[in-house]
Amino acid sequence: MNDDAARGADVLTSTGPQPEPRRQPRRRLLRAGVLPTVFCPGCGGGTVLNCFTRAVEAVGLSPDRMCSVTGIGCSSWVLSPYFEADTLHTTHGRAIAFATGVKVARPDLKVVVIAGDGDLTGIGGNHLIHAARRNIDLAVVMINNSIYGMTGGQVAPSTPTGAKSTTTPWGNPEPPLRAAELVAAAGGTYVARWTTYHVRQLLESFKTLLRHRGFGFIEVIAPCPTSFGKSAGWRSAADFLAHYRDRSVPLGAPGCAPDPASDDTIVIGTFVQRDRPELTDQLEALALRARAEVGVEP
Amino acid sequence: MNGPTLSPEALAGLRHRSLRRHGPGRAFLLGDEAIAFGALYAGCTFYGGYPITPASEIAEAMARELPLAGGRFIQLEDEIASMAAVVGAAWAGARAMTATSGPGFSLMQENLGLAILTETPCVLVDVQRSGPSTGQATKPAQGDIMQARWGTHGDHEIVALTPASAQECFDLTVEAFRISEQLRTPVILLADGEIGHIREVVELPAPETVELPPRRIAAPGQLGFGGEPVPPMPEIGHGLRTHITGSTHKPNGMRDVTTQAVHDQLVRRLVSKIADQRDALTRVDERWTEGAELVVVCTGAPSRPALGAVRRARSQGLAVGYLRLLGIWPFPIEAVRRACAGARVVLVPELSLGQLNREIERHIECPVRHFGRIGGVLPTTKDIVGAVTEAYQEVVR
Repeated sequence: MNDDAARGADVLTSTGPQPEPRRQPRRRLLRAGVLPTVFCPGCGGGTVLNCFTRAVEAVGLSPDRMCSVTGIGCSSWVLSPYFEADTLHTTHGRAIAFATGVKVARPDLKVVVIAGDGDLTGIGGNHLIHAARRNIDLAVVMINNSIYGMTGGQVAPSTPTGAKSTTTPWGNPEPPLRAAELVAAAGGTYVARWTTYHVRQLLESFKTLLRHRGFGFIEVIAPCPTSFGKSAGWRSAADFLAHYRDRSVPLGAPGCAPDPASDDTIVIGTFVQRDRPELTDQLEALALRARAEVGVEP
Repeated sequence: MNGPTLSPEALAGLRHRSLRRHGPGRAFLLGDEAIAFGALYAGCTFYGGYPITPASEIAEAMARELPLAGGRFIQLEDEIASMAAVVGAAWAGARAMTATSGPGFSLMQENLGLAILTETPCVLVDVQRSGPSTGQATKPAQGDIMQARWGTHGDHEIVALTPASAQECFDLTVEAFRISEQLRTPVILLADGEIGHIREVVELPAPETVELPPRRIAAPGQLGFGGEPVPPMPEIGHGLRTHITGSTHKPNGMRDVTTQAVHDQLVRRLVSKIADQRDALTRVDERWTEGAELVVVCTGAPSRPALGAVRRARSQGLAVGYLRLLGIWPFPIEAVRRACAGARVVLVPELSLGQLNREIERHIECPVRHFGRIGGVLPTTKDIVGAVTEAYQEVVR
């Protein structure tokens, strides 16, 4: 466990004097009239919104140069409506496909997708794989709360084996999908996994994601006390964070080759950071080459 | 990105072998290729699609020509993604199109609904083939007439144009883009496998004569989703920080999924902005309906043998009229009523077991007979003459 994580542990147990509430410098990045959020107490969505806005500010990205694209599910609310940029709130599972159209038509925009695990790896899994393969310049954040939260706690592709949900009342007979490993294998050029316990690493990872050109993907393991809490027997967000603290293993450390079927170890860290030709660059090069070949002025 | 249509320079660079040989003006094109050329002339700058018979030639032509004309082509992982990417590109400023056939059209329905609700101008081509399911994948049919109308869920209106020649594939594709921009709504070009795969001479206009109105972009603070029948479009990438959603939304674009009046006003406006243009959107080819005892009403591929059949019946002294619909949605109610006003029977030849005939029955008084041919083979002129003669003898004489 590194120092940052150790500091985080104190937060869970601290009874000392709390810091003065500060003014909200990143409020300007949020839409007026939409707060307070709809997130349940302890939801990971707030942590992601917090880290994301800090990262946007830190890398000096103007919302006017960004486009948010979202699907359906609690996680989609982080960007639609809270983050104030051009926002396309679409159908369940298809955010990456819509974002592909936006990016190809306007390669100059930073196109961001924040969505849930059911959205991106369940109904929309194919779009995720192919966007990674194309290495299209999208910044994708997947909030993995291990459950379909908005619809009331049904089993998801990310739900651990054996876990009870409203549609696995006798326990989940299936193993969970490991999204970060999947995207890395499919060709993503920046892939990381963190939990909402690891907020400092998460902030740094968001900054890297926003600076990255190519298909970037961060899986954020996040609490859903309302729906997954029932299943796991964890009553509060603190129970989730304690689990993330205790069960997270940095990538490459001993004991980090989990068997998805039986192991609840959370492998955290940067899985991939590499350069590959980016799709919209390739399309531009292709058009120039084609025009040169037939003698049309570009 | 949405201003210019195809420049003469770009046209000169297009690679189709017929254009290379004959120069612009006259080309020997597949119906599918004519659709692609119509899109290029209309200033299409984005094509996203997935291969499917009998529509693949549209994607192939766009893949070849679009990069030369300054646009972008991308083959997606499926038809769901294709329709999604088209909507995304349209919001990012492109004139955008996709093309498919029945199975892909089914997959596009959910995102077509999103395009309707978010008021996204775009063109969706369905080159109909024989179904249900994989059916006869290479054979023509007209089984998607009602899917085009009601395939996506919820209350809505839709515009669907139906070409019956390669020339009309070109002309109606240009029209589809024009209507989609004017009404800020998706427009369906509902072709069929016979017309998509027919090869005919197409007269291509001088590119500079094809003009589409520039898209009206919302000014900062201007309502983008209400306030007028067709509001200006708060496109992505202009610093408007617009909020576009497939959920029910207020005129400013923000989600409101609980207020009855918000949903009522939004959906009624989306319906009426199209339904109110019914007459302006009506396109028919009407012949000999004055004094006709029997009128043949048709659309798409079977219109061609039907025209020959009507001519032959008339040469035999029967008072038979002909009405061909170049657009079926919104349904051209007045044109059909007027053409059939004096008729004692109407005959509807279709490549299905009956879809268009049901809509016609709803709007006219006299009996409607259906002549359906399925199995991927068009009825011949003789077949339709037989049906005309039989109906005429039973009802008129």
